[in-house]
Amino acid sequence: MELFGIAINVLDSTIRLSVPLLLASLAGLYSERAGVFDIGLEGKMLAGAFAGAAAGAVTGSAWAGMATAVLISVGFALVHGFASITHRGNQIVSGVAINFIAAGSTIILGQAWFQQGGRTPSLGEAARFGAITLPGADLLRGVPLLGPVYSELVSGHSLLVYIAFLAVPFTWWVLFRTRFGLRLRAVGENPAAVDTAGISVAWLRYRAVICTGVLAGLAGTYLSMAQNAGFVKDMTAGKGFIALAALIFAKWKPVPAMFACLLFGFLDALSIRLQGTPLPLIGRVPVQLMQALPYILTVILLAGFIGKAIPPRAGGVPYVKER
Amino acid sequence: MSNPYARLPGWADYGLIPLVNLLVAFMVAGLVVLLVGENPLRAAVILVDGAFGSGPGIAYTLYYATNFIFTGLAVAVAFHAGLFNIGGEGQAYIGGLGVGIVCLAFDHVLPWYLTFPGAIAAAAGAGALWALIPAYLQARRGSHIVITTIMFNFIAASAMVYLLVDVLKPPGSMAPQTRQFAEGAQLPKLTWMLEAFGLSLRSAPLNMAFVLALVLAAAVWVLIWRTRLGYEIRTFGFSPKAARYAGISETRITVVTMMISGALAGMMALNPVMGDQHNVSLDFVSGAGFVGIAVALMGRSHPAGIVPAAILFGVLYQGGAELAFEMPAISRDMIVIIQGLVILFAGALENMFRPAVQALLAGAGPRAAAVVAAKGGDA
Repeated sequence: MELFGIAINVLDSTIRLSVPLLLASLAGLYSERAGVFDIGLEGKMLAGAFAGAAAGAVTGSAWAGMATAVLISVGFALVHGFASITHRGNQIVSGVAINFIAAGSTIILGQAWFQQGGRTPSLGEAARFGAITLPGADLLRGVPLLGPVYSELVSGHSLLVYIAFLAVPFTWWVLFRTRFGLRLRAVGENPAAVDTAGISVAWLRYRAVICTGVLAGLAGTYLSMAQNAGFVKDMTAGKGFIALAALIFAKWKPVPAMFACLLFGFLDALSIRLQGTPLPLIGRVPVQLMQALPYILTVILLAGFIGKAIPPRAGGVPYVKER
Repeated sequence: MSNPYARLPGWADYGLIPLVNLLVAFMVAGLVVLLVGENPLRAAVILVDGAFGSGPGIAYTLYYATNFIFTGLAVAVAFHAGLFNIGGEGQAYIGGLGVGIVCLAFDHVLPWYLTFPGAIAAAAGAGALWALIPAYLQARRGSHIVITTIMFNFIAASAMVYLLVDVLKPPGSMAPQTRQFAEGAQLPKLTWMLEAFGLSLRSAPLNMAFVLALVLAAAVWVLIWRTRLGYEIRTFGFSPKAARYAGISETRITVVTMMISGALAGMMALNPVMGDQHNVSLDFVSGAGFVGIAVALMGRSHPAGIVPAAILFGVLYQGGAELAFEMPAISRDMIVIIQGLVILFAGALENMFRPAVQALLAGAGPRAAAVVAAKGGDA
């Protein structure tokens, strides 16, 4: 029974840790499916996390924080769109630029506005997205097996967790069951065909990039307003890149992306759980190795030992109408 | 890939447009200074004065510029092959490990001029090896080099923390760094260079690594534009299809180019480790690997552009330190924003002002264009 408790515990933190990855991964999905590579997920998340925590701290309202985070993240997404859609710039370079601008400005503005070494003030209960207890969770707690699973694992997360997991079927529906989704996928595979059909390539890609901004902003909100109670500098710590790796690993599909993010979350949860405890056969593992594990696994997964990932055909290529 | 933009005269392409892009980047950075509640013009004056106002100021500027020449060249070489090496930070960090091992082994035995070549080889070798795996994975397994090199930065950081805390730290010491190197692993300072201009160096750490950086800048020019390998690298970068058709091995070029790039980034470690601190400490690279991206883009991947671009960032770094004293709200992290803006405007948005410049030149006519050319030539 104790083992069961540990398992529930690890799975619970798996969910918590995979949510920012999932939101960021779905964010990247819209953009990349439309043919705009986005290495700047990290920056948008970071900027969103800062904006959300800053607005939350000033207004005392979680919703105001979330709105600000989304707004700022969409702003950054539009800059990326402006560079890579309107001016046909290099999308990787633009994304890298956004990461640096976000990293630098969150520290500078955070220090200038709050004077806490780049942190934002700690958020109170009202300014955070707290745990939601689903109906019947307390009632079922006593039931063996099912009880703990429902009350600990399914219930008791913040609103953003449920949004993230609902965004998976929603994204699938948008991409594969709506006209907008069909066109969005088409513009990532063959923009010339979309253009010939009389649909604006640029406007479609801009809309995709805005969807990316919204979701990346939510990912940032989750980091600073649900998982933590405030912004800490560089708090994304490469999650944007890991989300991107998960997306590639999932071959740019929403449901596999969810499983890829859960896998990364699980490994992360496991490494936190195992820190300091000696492993059988191997003995004590240095903390640093455990910390580097998600990055090492990203490299291994990306090396494509699980089948080759084929990106959207027009990905990374700016569309030039007249040839 | 067809270029949607018409050709411009060389001076406009390589002089005017980068200059306009840079100006816009700095104007936006000025807006951030305004947002923080300070006067951007006063900030600029303090910045320039801090960088050029005194002998030590100039020496510090050139010391920082040395780091950025190394990392800028590293990014540029990879750019020529169409590869984006964001891993300069990690490669330089691991390069420091190579330098440290050679220095710790020989500093009591050999004079500096014998330790130095060994340290150069070790730094280059360590950096190159750290770039080898991402290069191989890109060439053979098709994993995206940008993401793998970023992951390798994180892995390098963890590995170095482990090594410095658990392995290289002398017993009894608290600070996570190696012991201080003896005389035999300390690079001489370039006192004579500044004294030739009647300036004093004082405690500023400008050292032999600066000379090495300039030599490497020349060597990179020779490599890219005067050797067979350089030709292959550029061909591959320009059109991988054409390169394949010409019998150039994709794997070989990717791996060799990335190893050269990693070696250049690794050698950056010589400057702070042997030239200034005389030990290997945590986080001694402090972002120089990333600055290299902005430097390479600004210098248009040409050594003649990279050296001035590196000096400009040296100014920002040294002047920025002075600025932080005068305006506490503006810390050195400001440089990260400027770096991002330079990458955005000189890299991703490099063509934004092209149509305007074109229209301007076309409207101005040949005589007026010649006058502008004469002015632009000085800049």
